[in-house]
Amino acid sequence: MDLLPQLTQYAFSGLSTGAIYALIGLGFAIIYNSTGIINFAQGEFVMLGGVLTHFFLMVLKFPLVVSMAVAILVATAIGVAFERLTIRPLKRPTPLSMVIITIGGSIFIRGVAMLIWGKDTHSLPPFSGNEPLVIAGATVMPQHLWIFGLTLLVIAANKYFFYYTISGKAMRACSYNRTAASLVGIDVRRMVFLSFAISSAMGAMAGIIIAPLTMTAYDVGVMLGLKGFCAAIIGGMSSGFGTVLGGLLLGLLESLGAGLISSGYKDAIAFIILLLILFIRPQGLFSKAQTERV
Amino acid sequence: MKRFVFSCSLFVLILTCSALCGASQPIKIGALFSVTGPPSFLGEPERNAAQMVADSINKSGGIKGRQVQLISYDTGGDATKAVQLANRLIKDDKVVAIIGPSTTGETMAVMPVVEKAGVPLISCAAGRKITEPVNRWVFKTAQNDNLAVAKIYEYLQKKKLNRVALLTVSDGFGSSGREQLKAQAATHGISVLYDETYGPKDTDMTAQLTKIRGTQAQALICWGTNPGPAVVARNAKQLGLKMPLFMSHGVSSKKFIELAGDAAEGVMLPSGKVIVADVLPDSDPQKKWLMAFVKEYQKLHKVEGDHFGGHAWDAMMLLKGALEKGDDLPATIAANLEKSRAFHGIGGSFTYTPVDHAGLAKDAFVLVEVKNRDWVLVK
Repeated sequence: MDLLPQLTQYAFSGLSTGAIYALIGLGFAIIYNSTGIINFAQGEFVMLGGVLTHFFLMVLKFPLVVSMAVAILVATAIGVAFERLTIRPLKRPTPLSMVIITIGGSIFIRGVAMLIWGKDTHSLPPFSGNEPLVIAGATVMPQHLWIFGLTLLVIAANKYFFYYTISGKAMRACSYNRTAASLVGIDVRRMVFLSFAISSAMGAMAGIIIAPLTMTAYDVGVMLGLKGFCAAIIGGMSSGFGTVLGGLLLGLLESLGAGLISSGYKDAIAFIILLLILFIRPQGLFSKAQTERV
Repeated sequence: MKRFVFSCSLFVLILTCSALCGASQPIKIGALFSVTGPPSFLGEPERNAAQMVADSINKSGGIKGRQVQLISYDTGGDATKAVQLANRLIKDDKVVAIIGPSTTGETMAVMPVVEKAGVPLISCAAGRKITEPVNRWVFKTAQNDNLAVAKIYEYLQKKKLNRVALLTVSDGFGSSGREQLKAQAATHGISVLYDETYGPKDTDMTAQLTKIRGTQAQALICWGTNPGPAVVARNAKQLGLKMPLFMSHGVSSKKFIELAGDAAEGVMLPSGKVIVADVLPDSDPQKKWLMAFVKEYQKLHKVEGDHFGGHAWDAMMLLKGALEKGDDLPATIAANLEKSRAFHGIGGSFTYTPVDHAGLAKDAFVLVEVKNRDWVLVK
């Protein structure tokens, strides 16, 4: 059997999965960059996006676009409430305690979602048809193109926000040095608040756009969250191309590993890469200096 | 203070009254299901169905004039908890028999407990290890995997397709299916060309399927529970895989068709008869009960009764049959369960004997195909 068409298919499959990881990874990076927290509840916002859209679409019978918008709004509200109720009341926030809080929060959100929406897996209709597209002998779904498109859009929006708006610049300042930022009059708490709002909205958006492909249930956030985290680590927690490249690389290696070696090692590959990066290049594959993070 | 003493004495009065007033004691039956936790898709319908049978027995006058009391606990899918709860059912609640647990792992953990106490257990799990070798106290109602595998292989043999690819989920259900698929291949003249797995939470199987597309396999058999097989069906459609796709009985519910959408069309799988109850020929001995079960369950719980509920339904009905044959001593119940003959239940026609505590034959399964978003029987 010809290896070339197989390889192209592996590559396309890997890149499209990788784009999903990248989109989720960006959410991690944004919070990390403005607060220094790894928000392990990020995966739950991905879940909330998908599950809420399904709820509004199928149960309340809203049109698709309205359901998506409302789902993003609700997920953002939950993200903001999460920050208000758990992160902000901390007297002396240390990174460790904040990480533990986000883990606890993620378990809580998952449990509540299970109680409200049950344990069933649901599917969303694809945005534009179910007919696979053939590109260079490999097939992708139209939904994959949506994912690529959204990822690009999010990067562009991020770039603009962090480099050309006052709030974005203020958030970057917080990530470099919180004390200094507050000394020059930046309201650090407001920036933390804002970063949670942005990243939960983005997580929800990712959750919605991948749901037609991967389906959604109360517990999808765990694995997707971890993979997104891997992507962000490979990319050195940058909120731009680094994380995206990290995600694509991860997806590609997983797919090639599953295709050429054995599918049993698929998840192992992701986590071995994660460990190697953490041991050898904790600043990420693509960043040069420790300080340049945004 | 006065009021407190008053309410206390009232409470004690009610307790003594309720203990003394019952003319005949109810028959206590224990139930262990994982209503929560990962196997909740099994435990929830099982508990509902068991309660449904208990209620309907009580409504029609009980067993030999005695009411049935179902004491059901949630194991959360945890074997340690299942053992604790089994002890509680036996020592504190003094049940005469136990139905459940929902999974093979929990059942294996509970077996030594019931054996020591001498209380019959009718498990709703599918693993073959539960009844092979036969344990005097342990029965089961879920169909063995090997029967489902045999059903697929027989069809393949008939169609002269003898090269298959396997794609199984890497959990207990998948590995047990994989073992059976590999073990029975030779006897059916089938060669396994490709044998890969996927993770229970995987969202993309195109890599494995691309590899399968490149082999000479004539059929693909995927063994898993939702949502994995739905992803496999969708990815197979995306890749334009031409070979027929077989699934396991693990996805024989409408949920699979809903999740896989158009990609489910043409997928074939061995299944218990409950999902095709309405299209079964009237001559089928199970049809009457199947229709009654599906309708009654739907009336109470708004969804159609499925196999999993059926396992608990069968367990309760078999127990009822055994209780009608004799007294309610655990040993008598176990002995009378072994005398169950051709009970046409939901999972199949049960005949327990001292050497067979699974009780089902190959006719428990039918091969079904998805057509126009519904199940049809494959002749």
